[in-house]
Amino acid sequence: MKFYGTELSSRLMLGTAQYDSPAILADAVKAAQAGVVTVSLRRESAGAQAGQAFWSLIQSLDVPVLPNTAGCHGVREAVTTAQMARDVFDTNWIKLEVIGQGDLLQPDVFGLVEATRILTEDGFQVFPYTTEDLVVAERLLRAGAEVLMPWGAPIGSGRGLNNLFGLRALRGHFPDVPMVVDAGIGKPSHATAAFELGFDAVLINTAVAKAGDPAQMAKAFRLACEAGLAGYAADPMEERDMAVPSTPTLGLARGLGGETL
Amino acid sequence: MQITVNDELKEVHARTLGAILDELGYGKTRVATALNGFFVPATQRSLKTVDEGAVLEILAPMQGG
Repeated sequence: MKFYGTELSSRLMLGTAQYDSPAILADAVKAAQAGVVTVSLRRESAGAQAGQAFWSLIQSLDVPVLPNTAGCHGVREAVTTAQMARDVFDTNWIKLEVIGQGDLLQPDVFGLVEATRILTEDGFQVFPYTTEDLVVAERLLRAGAEVLMPWGAPIGSGRGLNNLFGLRALRGHFPDVPMVVDAGIGKPSHATAAFELGFDAVLINTAVAKAGDPAQMAKAFRLACEAGLAGYAADPMEERDMAVPSTPTLGLARGLGGETL
Repeated sequence: MQITVNDELKEVHARTLGAILDELGYGKTRVATALNGFFVPATQRSLKTVDEGAVLEILAPMQGG
């Protein structure tokens, strides 16, 4: 699987926020064998070393980084944040978030399309955090995105894949576009379900960071991703409404219940 | 002159963005800058003049999801 020409070593992308310590984060990234880690930018006062220490840790993990524009609520703010992220992280990749609604952290899809166009023209390779809406997806692709990141459910909710029909339709409508299910995945089974729908990768953060044992959960997600990917590749059977015996009925013994023949 | 740095008023003497970062103690730390809401690349900081009352944002790498 390639994103903008870059081959990923793993389909599991891992967020780096909310871990109790840098060591726990590092253990989780290693246990996940993450193909990408997401990072961000925040204010830091002179003399404070948290940001520099974090960057040193990420570099030591030797995993490609995907900076985000988390917290941005407008096009200009997101574009400026993306430009600043490129300067710091030295990559054209940007996970573009333009948030339009605070309670659900729902993407402002109108602003998202506009920001995607501006950033693409500026040489960025945009990973837009979007909904499963087909028309929005079409507009994002037209604006220059070559990867889409539809949500499973609201960020941090852990609800899994809220709209299976919508996600299946999105996957089916754009079969050749690399797609990452981002946000809302709470359990390994949710990640498996995303791969079983044919999605190419998942991005997990809270579900690992807030697990009782983040490294163990990271490993569980790695295995769940592998299972879902392998299951999808093996072409699952069609669902049926009625039961069909799996044991052959031909030659079935009769009269063993003692009934009179 | 007085400028606002990450929402805090600061008194600085330097007149270019690069020199102001040095004066404030950022040195060679890995940061990104925006002046009055506009991104200023690291490569242009030494040439970018800063006026009284300017608003400067200085951002560093941070955990993200």
